[in-house]
Amino acid sequence: MKAKIRRRYLALEIDSKEKIGQKELMDAIWDAVLRLYGEYGASKTGLALIEHDAEKNLAIIRAAHTETEKIRAAIATITEVAAKPAAVHILTASGTLKKLRKKLETLKP
Amino acid sequence: MPRDRDNPMKRRFADLHLQPNLSDVEQTKSIIAKASELGYRLVAVPLPIAAMDSFAKKLAAACQENRLDFASRLDLKPKTSKELLQQLRKFRRKAEVIAVVCESKEVARQAAKDHRVDLLNFPAIDPHRRFFDKAEAELASSSVAALEIDIKPLLTLKGPARIRLLAALRRETAIAKDYNVPIVVSSGATSPLHMRKPLEMAALASLFDLDKPTALSAVSKTPLTIVKRNREKLSPNFVAPGIRIIRKGSDCQ
Repeated sequence: MKAKIRRRYLALEIDSKEKIGQKELMDAIWDAVLRLYGEYGASKTGLALIEHDAEKNLAIIRAAHTETEKIRAAIATITEVAAKPAAVHILTASGTLKKLRKKLETLKP
Repeated sequence: MPRDRDNPMKRRFADLHLQPNLSDVEQTKSIIAKASELGYRLVAVPLPIAAMDSFAKKLAAACQENRLDFASRLDLKPKTSKELLQQLRKFRRKAEVIAVVCESKEVARQAAKDHRVDLLNFPAIDPHRRFFDKAEAELASSSVAALEIDIKPLLTLKGPARIRLLAALRRETAIAKDYNVPIVVSSGATSPLHMRKPLEMAALASLFDLDKPTALSAVSKTPLTIVKRNREKLSPNFVAPGIRIIRKGSDCQ
């Protein structure tokens, strides 16, 4: 029997003086993943954007749980988004969206 | 910012190589504030030899405002091994962390075997100008020097230059592990946008095949141990390793 695909949800914070759109953000993440792991590696990540809040510069993405560390490394290499200087930090990660949102609540200053 | 920042069971993280432009006060303060925000507990900034004390006081105050521990650091860039020995004699007791920027093989070898050196830093991007090989690792393993790897070039380089650097780092970390040379992963950040969270630094270390426990130690336990060891040595109560004054004068009766 085929094992169920497990996922990880990652909450991201975009550190930039400019507003970053969701397409720009995902392009930057895909670009970083492709540069580091190539098309074969990128195909295993199961990356998808779940939510994006341009006002707060926050986003939630989904990835295959086996590839979380690769995604973390790739996201850490981002230094610009749409030619604007930026950094993307992973605030927290969880196996379910519900738990991720709870964790995000506790992180609020 | 994190709720359990003061939890003693929580892993403490350190970045021993922040490189702000010290003449730009705002930028320096923003880098220190960012380090605190990202979850570091201890930071070190290389100080200029000419005005060490004044910068150290200012930086310590800025770190205290952000609830960070500050360690003074000196980066020695000697041209010859003789010059390195002179500088170590002069400055060892003035800074909590001594790093040697190894730009020649002669300096790298001398730095690796000297017990007064804490960190060996190889800034060159060109693999032929990086001198951390088996002979260097053997010397470093018999002293206390650790291999310091800056993350900043991995972020700023692109394409073949980054590929070559990753290959060189992979080779160096494998040698360091074989010879039990401690590894310290630092940011080398010159701006807040080059700073990454400790877990992100550990994930970046996986790009040069550092396993997760070693990578986490490289941003927490190893740098903290270096600073702790040197603070003990620089304390006026230190006599020799394992021996310190606990009471003196009338207290002894």
